[in-house]
Formats: sequence, structure tokens, C-alpha cells
Amino acid sequence: MMRKTKSVSLWQEFSKGILRENPNLVGLLGICPVLAITQEARNALGMGIATTFVLICSNAVISMLRKVIPQTVKLSAYIVIIAGFVTLTQFLLHGYAPELYSALGTFLSLITVNCIILGRAEVFAGKNGVFRSVLDGAGMGIGFTLSLLLVSSFREIIGSGTWFGIPLTGEYKVALLRSAPGGFFALGCIIALVSALLRKKPPEGIGCNGCPNADTCAASKGGCSR
Amino acid sequence: MTVLGIILSAILTDNFVLSKFMGCCPFLGVSQKISSSIGMGAAVIFVMTCSTAITYPVYMYLLVPNGLEYLQTLAFILIIALFVQLAEMFVRKCFPPLHRTLGIYLPLITTNCAVLGVTILNVDLFAASESFLTGYLHALLYAACAGVGFTLALILFAGVRSRMEDADIPAFFKGTPATLIAASIVSLSFMAFSGMS
Repeated sequence: MMRKTKSVSLWQEFSKGILRENPNLVGLLGICPVLAITQEARNALGMGIATTFVLICSNAVISMLRKVIPQTVKLSAYIVIIAGFVTLTQFLLHGYAPELYSALGTFLSLITVNCIILGRAEVFAGKNGVFRSVLDGAGMGIGFTLSLLLVSSFREIIGSGTWFGIPLTGEYKVALLRSAPGGFFALGCIIALVSALLRKKPPEGIGCNGCPNADTCAASKGGCSR
Repeated sequence: MTVLGIILSAILTDNFVLSKFMGCCPFLGVSQKISSSIGMGAAVIFVMTCSTAITYPVYMYLLVPNGLEYLQTLAFILIIALFVQLAEMFVRKCFPPLHRTLGIYLPLITTNCAVLGVTILNVDLFAASESFLTGYLHALLYAACAGVGFTLALILFAGVRSRMEDADIPAFFKGTPATLIAASIVSLSFMAFSGMS
């Protein structure tokens, strides 16, 4: 049987997260890690991979359980599943990459409350089959990793004169980009750049559209994006 | 850490939003109007203090003696989610006017990383204190002050944004990019406090 109603191909399901619906740069979700651990490209890559892993696993499990989880406790159930995978990731990193584990610190636990993961669970995995959910998670995760890499490369090359620890520009560097204000500045510039390249208007407000609480939260109808 | 040190670092030098980057979504999302930023800030102070009040003893008396420290993330987020839902129901039933002004921000807070962040940081910072009570009181103070710091940043930023509305900004910087660059300048002004520590 042809499924005419669902004309989205598997490739589109995967690729939409990478640029067109990039969760950070277009959707503006989960920007805390993008600001906080992008001083060095190496840590940013680690964070991206860890988040992608959690995103794929939680998408798969949530999509398997989507007919079992009652609507009323949906959010709590999702959070428990996600937190379980985050704990697993913490174990893996602590065992195999202790340096990365200590560099990411609290932000590793905070993957639990990354709105991208909860958002994908709510918007996609709770309504679609396992295979599509895994593809969606992989695409969104890669998109997230790419934007982390983009912001961290910008900050590391200009801020420290290195890239993945390789010296590039020597003494010419703008130390401000390594510090907290530099994070906001770099992300602002990169969102503007991406909007210019995609030839569309930059997002107006911070993304309530993928926020799992958008239905219950009155802020989404007044305070949040407008 | 001394009491004054905790207060100054939580509010100014290690401001949660502007130097730790926790809770950026509500910071950038709910800072359009000063009134809504005050409501959001008050709700965050409340939830941060109360969830620390529960998670800290749970960690010290339930997780540590049983060797279950690794369940920290899972336990804390469950407690926060449950607490926020209970608080929302309680406030809606008992204080309807308060619910209309503050309650609407409560569901948003479950997924606010500043709240989970403050509970985890408190355990990291104060679990080694000499007695449970000193650690507990310091943790509560730190949580409340972190909330105050969040609110301060939110209100200041709401003021900055209201002045930005009429500014003439290049097309590709309109909206979020300009907001982020304004946040960068506000964060720069908070960097000046780092000399105090």
C-alpha cells in the first residue's frame, strides 16, 4: 500500500534537523549548553555526541511506549526516561572519557532538561513510529552538534587562537570571546549569519513552538515569544 | 564559604544566567515586559529554594548512605517535577489571585535548567560541610540568592529590551540576534563584579 498521507520521506525526516529546522539556530531551543560549554571545540563536540546519544535513545524508547504512557503523566514519564539515559551517559563518560566528564560538569546532568530532547519527545516521538523517531533524533542531534561546533570554533579560533587545541593564530586573540559575554555575542552573530545564508528572517523570539509546556504555560500565549 | 561570600557570588559574581548560562530560555523568552519578568523571577526564587529544601536532605540521608549518588539526576528532576505540580495545584486552589500572577509561570519552571542546576550545585558545594545543618542552611541561602540573581538579571534585561524596540537594526540581526548581543552587553557589565571575588 502506498501511504499518500505521509509524504515525508525518511531522508527528509533525518535531514530536516540539520539545517532547515536546526533546533538551536532556527528553533532556538536548548541554547544553554551552546552558550556554556563552547569555549573549546573539543568539549562542544563531546557534549554534542552525548546529547545526540540521549536524544536517539529516548526518542526510540518513548516511541515504543507511546501507546502505553497515559496522557496525564506524559511529561513526568518522558523526563524519567530521559534522565535514565542521561545517567547512563554519565557512567559511560566517567569510565571512558574522565577528562570530558569533568569538563562538562553540571551540564552533563542538565542534558535532562534540554528542551530539544523533551520537545522532540512531545512533538515527534510520542506520535510516530520507532524507525522515524530514531531518524528524527539522529538528525536533530547532528544539527545540535553542528551548531555547537560552529559556535565553539568561532569562539575558540578568535578567543584562544586555537582549534581543537591546535595553535592557529598565535598571540592574536580576543580573550573576551572566551568569557561569558562572548558566548552570547558569538551565538547572536552565528544566528544572524545562518538567517542570512538561509535567506529568511531570524527567529523573532525564543522558541516556544517546540516547548513541551507550551499548552499549559500561559507565558507562551503572552510573555514568552510576543 | 562565608555567608556574605555566598550572597555576593550567587547574586553578582557567579550570576546564574549571565555567567553560568543556566536558565537562558526563560531569560531570553520572558524578558519582554518588566511585569512578567518580576512574576517569573518570583516563581523561580520560590521553586529554587523549595526544591533545594527537599533535594538536599534527600541526597544526604537517602542517596549517600545507600551509595546511590549516581541516581542524583533522576531523583532531583523527579522531585522538582512533582514539587512544581503540587505547588501549582496548591496555589491555584488556595490563592487564586497569586495563581493568576505567578502560577502561570510554574509549569515553565520544571524544564528550567537553573532549578536542576542549583540543586546539583548545592550538593557539590555544600555536601562536604562539617555539619548537616550548616550545609543545609548555606544551601538554602545559596538557592534563594541564585534566584534573586536570576530575577535581577531578568528585570535589568527587560529594561534594556524595552529600549531596543525602536532601534534601527540591520535586517539579519532583527529579533533574536540583536537580543543575544544585548544580553552579551548586560553580561559584560556583570563581569565587572568578578573583581570582588
